[in-house]
Amino acid sequence: MTKTWKTLPLATALAASAAFLAFGPAPKAFGQQKGKQAKAAAPQIGVQKVQGNVYMIWTPTGNVAVSVGDWGAFVVDTPAEGLSDAVIAEIRKLSDKPIRYVVNTSIDHTATNAAISRAGAPVTGGNLGAVAFENGATIVSHENVLYRMSNVPEGQKVPNADALPTTTFNEGQKEIFFNEEPVLIMFQPEAHTDGDSVVFFRRSDVIAAGDVFDMTSFPKIDIAKGGNVQGVLKALNLILDICVPRHEQEGGTYVIPGRGRLTDEHDVLEYRDMVTIIRDRIQDGIKKGQTLAQIKAAKPTYEYDARWGSTTGAWTTDMFIEAVYKSLGGK
Amino acid sequence: MRPMKFSRWSTLLAMAAITLLPASAQVDLTGVWNPQYLEDQPERIPGPELIDFGGIPINDFARKWALSWAPDRLGLQEHQCQVHTAAYIYRGPLQLRIWEERDPQTQNIVALRQYTSTYEQNRTIWMDGRSHPPEWAPHTWMGFSTGKWDGNILTVHTTHIKQGWHRRNGIPSSDKIDLIDHFILHGDQLTHISVVTDPVYLAEPLIKSEDYVKGTNPNGNWLWPCEYVNELPGSDRTKVPSYLPGTNPFLDEFRTKYNLPLDAVLGGPETMYPEYMEKIKAARK
Repeated sequence: MTKTWKTLPLATALAASAAFLAFGPAPKAFGQQKGKQAKAAAPQIGVQKVQGNVYMIWTPTGNVAVSVGDWGAFVVDTPAEGLSDAVIAEIRKLSDKPIRYVVNTSIDHTATNAAISRAGAPVTGGNLGAVAFENGATIVSHENVLYRMSNVPEGQKVPNADALPTTTFNEGQKEIFFNEEPVLIMFQPEAHTDGDSVVFFRRSDVIAAGDVFDMTSFPKIDIAKGGNVQGVLKALNLILDICVPRHEQEGGTYVIPGRGRLTDEHDVLEYRDMVTIIRDRIQDGIKKGQTLAQIKAAKPTYEYDARWGSTTGAWTTDMFIEAVYKSLGGK
Repeated sequence: MRPMKFSRWSTLLAMAAITLLPASAQVDLTGVWNPQYLEDQPERIPGPELIDFGGIPINDFARKWALSWAPDRLGLQEHQCQVHTAAYIYRGPLQLRIWEERDPQTQNIVALRQYTSTYEQNRTIWMDGRSHPPEWAPHTWMGFSTGKWDGNILTVHTTHIKQGWHRRNGIPSSDKIDLIDHFILHGDQLTHISVVTDPVYLAEPLIKSEDYVKGTNPNGNWLWPCEYVNELPGSDRTKVPSYLPGTNPFLDEFRTKYNLPLDAVLGGPETMYPEYMEKIKAARK
C-alpha cells in the first residue's frame, strides 16, 4: 500500500509538521528564484488561451493564432522552418478536427504554409472529400502575397507550389464565417509590406495583427516589398478603432501581435503613439532639409531604443529609421 | 487501518508545531485601510508639477521620454481611462480593502485580495506557491503577484505589469518592471513599501513608502466607471501630442518657481539621496 499523508502515523506526521514549521523551506530571495529560472532552457513554443475560440501559439520567431471549434481549426500565420511539427502537435491538443483554413497576414508568415496546410483539409465533402484531404487546408492571403511568392527575385528560394495561397483577395476584406463566428481578413495597404492583412475574430473579440504590430521591436517596414510607415500607422489606428476595453483600458478585445506577448488595446496604443512620434520627428527633419545621416545623428528613436531597438539582427534601429525616412519621401 | 497512537512524544510534537508557528501566520491584514499623506503629499494629492523629475532614479531614456511628453496626450480617446499600475496606485487618494481567500478544506490562505477604490482595481496576491505566468502572457495594470511571509512582513513579487508611469507627469515605466512590495502591520497602522526595478527606464531601484490607518467606514470604496469618448469635435484622433526634442515649453517653469538648478528637476539617481540637498544649496548661492 502506498503511504499517503493520511496513512502516515500521527507522530510521524506531526514530527514532519513541526520540522517544517520550525525551519521552514529553505529561504529563497526572489532574485535567486529569477536566476534559477534564467538558467532553464527557453521554451521553444508556448500556448496561451486568449478568449472565445481563439488561442495564441507563441514561438520565438512569430505568433500563430488558432481558432478551434466544431468546424475545425482556423490558423493565422505559419511558424518558421523547424517549428511546424511542434505547432501542429499543439493544434492537435486543442482540436482533433481538421485544419480548414490557413491565413497569411503577410509574406513573412508563410514559411511553413505547406506543412501546416497538409495537416488539414479544405471545407468540402462527399466524393471530393478524399481528394480534398490530399490538397490540404485552404490557404488565404491578399493577392500580393501570392504575387510575391510566385515572383521570387533571382537567387532566393522558390516556395513549393503547395505553399502558395489558394484563395486570395485584392481589396477591402475577405469574410469567412467559421466556428460560429465571422472572421474578417482586412487588407492593410502599404503597411509592413504591400500584402498585409489584419484578422478579426468578431465573436471571440480577438485580433491577429500580423507584423504591423510587433511587441519585440520597432515595426519592420519592408520598403522593397511595398511597405510604408503611413500604412503601418493606419493599420494600428484601425486596430485601436476595433478594440473596446473591458474595464479601465484593460482586457476586452485582445490583440495577438506578429511577435511577442499577448496584448490588449493599451499596448497597441502605446506602440501607435511611439511610431507616430518617431514618424513626426523624422518628418520634421525632412521638412528642415536634413539628410538621412543627419536624422540618424539626431537619434529620433532614442528613448524607445532600450525597449524596442536593436543594433544587430535582421531588423536594426538604423534600418527602421531609414525605412521611415524613405516612406516619407526622403531621398 | 492501524489505530492512531498518541504517545508522549507525539503530544510534545503537536505542542511544538503550535508554538513554533511563526508569528507571521497570525498577522491579519484584512480590513479597510485609509491612506495618510505623510510622504510626498504634493505629488500625491494636487499632483506633480510638469518637469519635476527630481528624486526619481530615472535614466536618460526616461528623461527624454518625459521631456517629449505633452499633457494633451491624456486627452486622446484611448488614454482617457488609463489607470495607475500596481507600482504607483498606492500613492493615490484611495481606500484599500484587503480580504483573504481560504481553501475551504484546509483553511490555508490561497490568496490575499485587494480592492483599491481609485480606478476600481482588483489585485490578487497568490499565497499558494504558484508560478508566475510565461513571458507571452498578457500584462495588466495590477500585474501578477505572489506573496510570502518574511516574519511579520508580507512580501509580494509582481511581474506582468503594463506600461505606465513612475510619476504622473510623463516619467514612463516600462512593461518590463519588476515590483517587490512589503506590507508591515503595526497595530492599526499599515506601512507599505515598494521597490520597483525597471531595466528600461530606471538607473537604480525606485523605493517608496506609504502609511495607512485602519478604517472604520468600509463604504469609502467608491466606483470609477470610465467610458472614453472623443470630446473635441473635428479633431484628428490619430495625432499624438508630443514635443519635438528641445521644444518643451515647460522646461523652466517648475525650477524657476522654486529656484532650483535644472539638473535637480531633471531627476536621476543622484537626486534621490539626501546629500543632493547640499548641491542644490550650493547652486542657489
